Amino acid sequence: MTVAPNIEAKTTNKRKGGVSRWSRIMKNLTFIIPLSIFIILILTSIFAPFIAPHDPEATSLTERRLPPAFIEGGSTKYLLGTDSLGRDVLSRVIYGARVSLSVSLMVIAITAGIGTLMGIASGYLGGRIDGFLMRVVDIAMSFPGLVLAMLLAVALGPGFFTVVIALSALGWAGYARLIRGETLRIRNSDFVAQARISGASSWRIMLRHIFPNVLNPLIIIMTLAVGMMILAESGMSYLGIGIPPPTPSWGSMVSDGRNDLDVAWWISTFPGICIGLVVLSGNFLGDWLRDKMDPRLRQL
Amino acid sequence: MAEVLLEARDIVKHYPVTRGLLQRTVGWVRAVDGVSFTVEQGKTFSLVGESGAGKTTIAKAILLLERLTSGNILFEGKDVYKFSAAQLKTGYRPKVQSVQQNPWSSMNPRMRVRDIVGEPLFVNTKQPKKEVYDNVSKLLDQVGIGAEGMTRYPHEFSGGQRQRIAVARALALHPNLLVLDEPVSALDVSIRAQIMNLLKDLQTQFNLSYIVIAHNLATVRYMSHGVAIMYLGQLVEYGDTEELFKNPLHPYTRALISASQLTLPEDAKDGAKQIILTGEMPSPLNPPPGCRFHTRCAEAGELCSKEIPDMRQVGKNYVKCHHYK
Amino acid sequence: MSNVVLQVEDLHTSFFTRMGEVKAVDGVSFLIREGETFGIVGESGCGKSVTGLSIMRLLPEPGGQIVGGKIILEGKNLLELSKKAMRAYRGKIVSMILQDPMSSLNPVYQVGDQIAESVRLHQGLPENMVEPEVISALRLLRIPAPEVRIKEYPFQLSGGMRQRVVGSIAMSCKPRLLIADEPTTALDSTIQAQYIALFEDIQAKTNVAIMFITHDFGVISRICDRVGVMYAGKIVETAPTREIFKAPKHPYTVALIHSVPRLDQKDERLFSIEGQPPSLMNLPPGCRFCPRCTVALDVCKEQQPPEVKISDNHSVSCWRVK
Repeated sequence: MTVAPNIEAKTTNKRKGGVSRWSRIMKNLTFIIPLSIFIILILTSIFAPFIAPHDPEATSLTERRLPPAFIEGGSTKYLLGTDSLGRDVLSRVIYGARVSLSVSLMVIAITAGIGTLMGIASGYLGGRIDGFLMRVVDIAMSFPGLVLAMLLAVALGPGFFTVVIALSALGWAGYARLIRGETLRIRNSDFVAQARISGASSWRIMLRHIFPNVLNPLIIIMTLAVGMMILAESGMSYLGIGIPPPTPSWGSMVSDGRNDLDVAWWISTFPGICIGLVVLSGNFLGDWLRDKMDPRLRQL
Repeated sequence: MAEVLLEARDIVKHYPVTRGLLQRTVGWVRAVDGVSFTVEQGKTFSLVGESGAGKTTIAKAILLLERLTSGNILFEGKDVYKFSAAQLKTGYRPKVQSVQQNPWSSMNPRMRVRDIVGEPLFVNTKQPKKEVYDNVSKLLDQVGIGAEGMTRYPHEFSGGQRQRIAVARALALHPNLLVLDEPVSALDVSIRAQIMNLLKDLQTQFNLSYIVIAHNLATVRYMSHGVAIMYLGQLVEYGDTEELFKNPLHPYTRALISASQLTLPEDAKDGAKQIILTGEMPSPLNPPPGCRFHTRCAEAGELCSKEIPDMRQVGKNYVKCHHYK
Repeated sequence: MSNVVLQVEDLHTSFFTRMGEVKAVDGVSFLIREGETFGIVGESGCGKSVTGLSIMRLLPEPGGQIVGGKIILEGKNLLELSKKAMRAYRGKIVSMILQDPMSSLNPVYQVGDQIAESVRLHQGLPENMVEPEVISALRLLRIPAPEVRIKEYPFQLSGGMRQRVVGSIAMSCKPRLLIADEPTTALDSTIQAQYIALFEDIQAKTNVAIMFITHDFGVISRICDRVGVMYAGKIVETAPTREIFKAPKHPYTVALIHSVPRLDQKDERLFSIEGQPPSLMNLPPGCRFCPRCTVALDVCKEQQPPEVKISDNHSVSCWRVK
C-alpha cells in the first residue's frame, strides 16, 4: 500500500501549478544546450569548406607545432595552433567533425537497427528462431573485432565505408542481446496477453506493444555509443586501418598528437574536447528524448 | 434452463519440468487434471480456489493463451481446437474477451486510451479510424469514463477508472463471453462495489456470460449463478451458487467459507466455530494419492488416501468426496 | 484497565515532493493497551501504512517527514529520541511485519541466521545461547521442526511458512508493540485463517500490543479488539470492533461496510461509494469525505468536524453525530 497512485492520478491535472519555474528552466536548459551543440557541430561539418580558415591537409614545415593564438608565441593566423606537420588544428577539427560524426551516427543507426530487429524477433518469436539468432549473437560477440577489421581493410582497402562496415559487422550483437532480454520481459506482461486476446497479430504486437517499450534502454545505449564509436574509429586510424591520412578525423588527431603531448598539448586536446562535448551532449539529449517519448514522464 | 455457451470437457494441462543443459523432462506439474464444467448464456460461472489450484490455467486455455494437454473446449457446441485459423479469427476470438486482475499492468503505458480500447476494433474490423474512435467514445460512456478520457494515457487514471477502461476494451467487439480474472481484487474496497455493479449491469444489458476467477467467496456469491471449487487441479464441488453457500458439501468448501466469513469474536463463541485447516496445499508436481484433499482433511478416512473419489450428485449440486454415497 | 503501551497524539506526517507537500497523515490520535489488538482499516493512500512507518521512524527518505505530534511508547516520546536510541528501540521494543513475505527475507541467508541477527543485536546473549533463542522464536510461531528449518533458505519455504519466519524475526526479542502491515494480504484464505489464529496465540503468550493495518474487514472482524477507520489522512471513527460492525456512526464507515458483499446472504445490489478519495495535495476545506458523502450538510463543506466521544471508547468525527 502506498500513497503513490493517488498522487499520480491527481498531479497530472494540475501539473503546471506544482512545478516551480526555476526547475522547468533548468529542465529546458539541459536539453537546449546539448541540442545546440549538436546542431552547431552538424552544421559545421556540412559547411566545413566555408568555415575552415585553412586547407586542413596543407602542411607548412616552417610553422610546425605553433601554439594557439591565446598563448604566448601563438599567432592569430592559426587560432588553435598547428600540428607536427604545420597543419591548422582548427581547420582539422572542423573537417574532422565530418568524419567522426558521420562514422559514429551511421554505425549506430545500422547496429541499433539490426540489433533491435533481431532482438525483438528472437525474444518474441522464441523457439528455434531464438536459438539460431542467439547462437549467431554469441559468435559475433566472441569474434575478435580487430581481426575482422584488419581482414576487411585488406579485402576492401582502407576508407570510410570499410570503417563503417567493420564497426557495424559485430556491433549489432550487443543491441540484439539487450533488446531480446527486454522483449522477453515485456512479452510476458499482461498487456501483451490482452493484445493476443484481442486477436492482434505477432507483427502488430512487436511493432505497437514491444517496440515502444524497449525504447528506453535502446536510447540510453545508443547515446553512450556515440563516444565509443568515435573512439573506435580513432583506434582503427591509429592502427592504419581507419580513414587513411591526411583526411582528418578527431580520433586520428588525438592519436597523432599523443607523442607531442609534452611540447604541444593543443594538438590532442582540442579534438579531445570535441569528442567529450559530443559524448556529453549525446547523453543529455538521450535522457531528454527518453523522457519525451515516455508518456508517464512527459509532463514532469 | 438457459442455453449452454461454453463447455469444458475433462480438460488437462500438465507442464513439463525440465532440468539441465539438455532440458530433460524430470517431472510434470499437474496444473489442471480433468476438469469439466459448463457456462450458460447470460450467466456468471465462478472458479474458486487458492493460488496454485489451476484456475488461471483454465482461464488461459479458454482464451487460447495456453494449449491443453488433453480435453476439449466446446463453444456453442463446437470443439474450439478443431476450428481453422479463419474460424478462430471470426467465430471465437472476438466472442471471448477478458478483463485481467491488475489494471496497472494490463495496458500498454505508451498508448492512448482511445487506441487501447480501439485495438480490438483495429485488429478485427475494417472500420476507419474515425468510426473506431466514435465507437470507443460510446464504450467509454457505457463504463462511466466519458469521452474526454480518449486522448489521455493509462497512468493518468486511478485503479478503478483503469479497470473500467479495461472493461470497455473487453466489450469493444460485442463478445458473448468475458473471462474476468480476479476483476476486483487489485482494487480498493470502496471501488470494488462500483466495478461489480457495473459488471452486473452490463451483463443484463448485453446478455453477457462471465467466467469469474476469484478467491474471495463473498465476491463470488454476489456475482455468480454457478460455481466450482477447485483444489490442486481438480474440482471438488460444483453447482448452483446459492445452494453451495447454503449447503456446502465438501469439507474443503466448508473450510473456505469458514475462513472467509466476517466473524465477530463474540459471535464465534456461540457455537459457530471457525474451521482452521492444518498444513498447506501440496505441490501439484507430486499430488497425493486418493482424494487430493485428504492430507488436510479433518474427516479423512482410510479410503480417502487410497481411492480417488468420483464426482457424484448430492441434492442439487455435485461433489467429489467419499463421505457422500 | 491494562497499561497503555502506545499513545499517538495528533501525528502529522508529510511527504515533500516536487509537486508540493502531500499530507499523508494529518492529525491522527489513538492509543493501544497491553495485550490489545488495535486495527487500522482504510483504502490505499489513506495513510495507514505511513502511520505505522512513522511509529517505527522508518519513513522513506528523502521526502517523508514527521511534521508534528507525539508518539509515546512505554512512556517515552519516540520523536525526541536520537537516531541511535531509536535503533535500539526498533526490533526490541517495537517491531514490524510487512506485507510481502518474500521480499522481507534476504534470499541468500539461512532462515536461522536472519532471526539470529536480531537476537544478537538486541539481547547480548552469549553465542551458545543464540540458537536456542532462535528455535524458541520459531516455536512461538508454530513452525514445525524448527531445528531443521533454521538451516533452510527462504526459497525452500512456502508463502505461509515464510510469513511465519518473518513473524519469528519480529517476535524474537519479545517486543512490547508489534506493527503488522497487511501481513495476511498476500496469503490464501485458509492460510490466512491459520496465521490469524497464530496471532491470537502469540498475544495470549506474550501480552504484546498489536497494531494491525489492513484494508480487509474480514480480517478485522476476527482479530481486532478495537478499530480505527482512516480516510484521507485522518481517523474518522474509533470504536470496539463489534460496534463498528453493528452500529457504525460515520457515513464512510457505514458505506464501506455496506459495500462489502456478504457471505451469509445474497445481495441483489451492492451499495457503492461513488467517486474517488481526494488528492492528498489538494484536500477539501471541510470534511474530507464530504464530496462523496450522501448525507452531507452545508457545514461539512466548510469546516472540519470535531471528534465527538459518543461513549467511553467510541468516537466519531462527523457533523451529523452529536
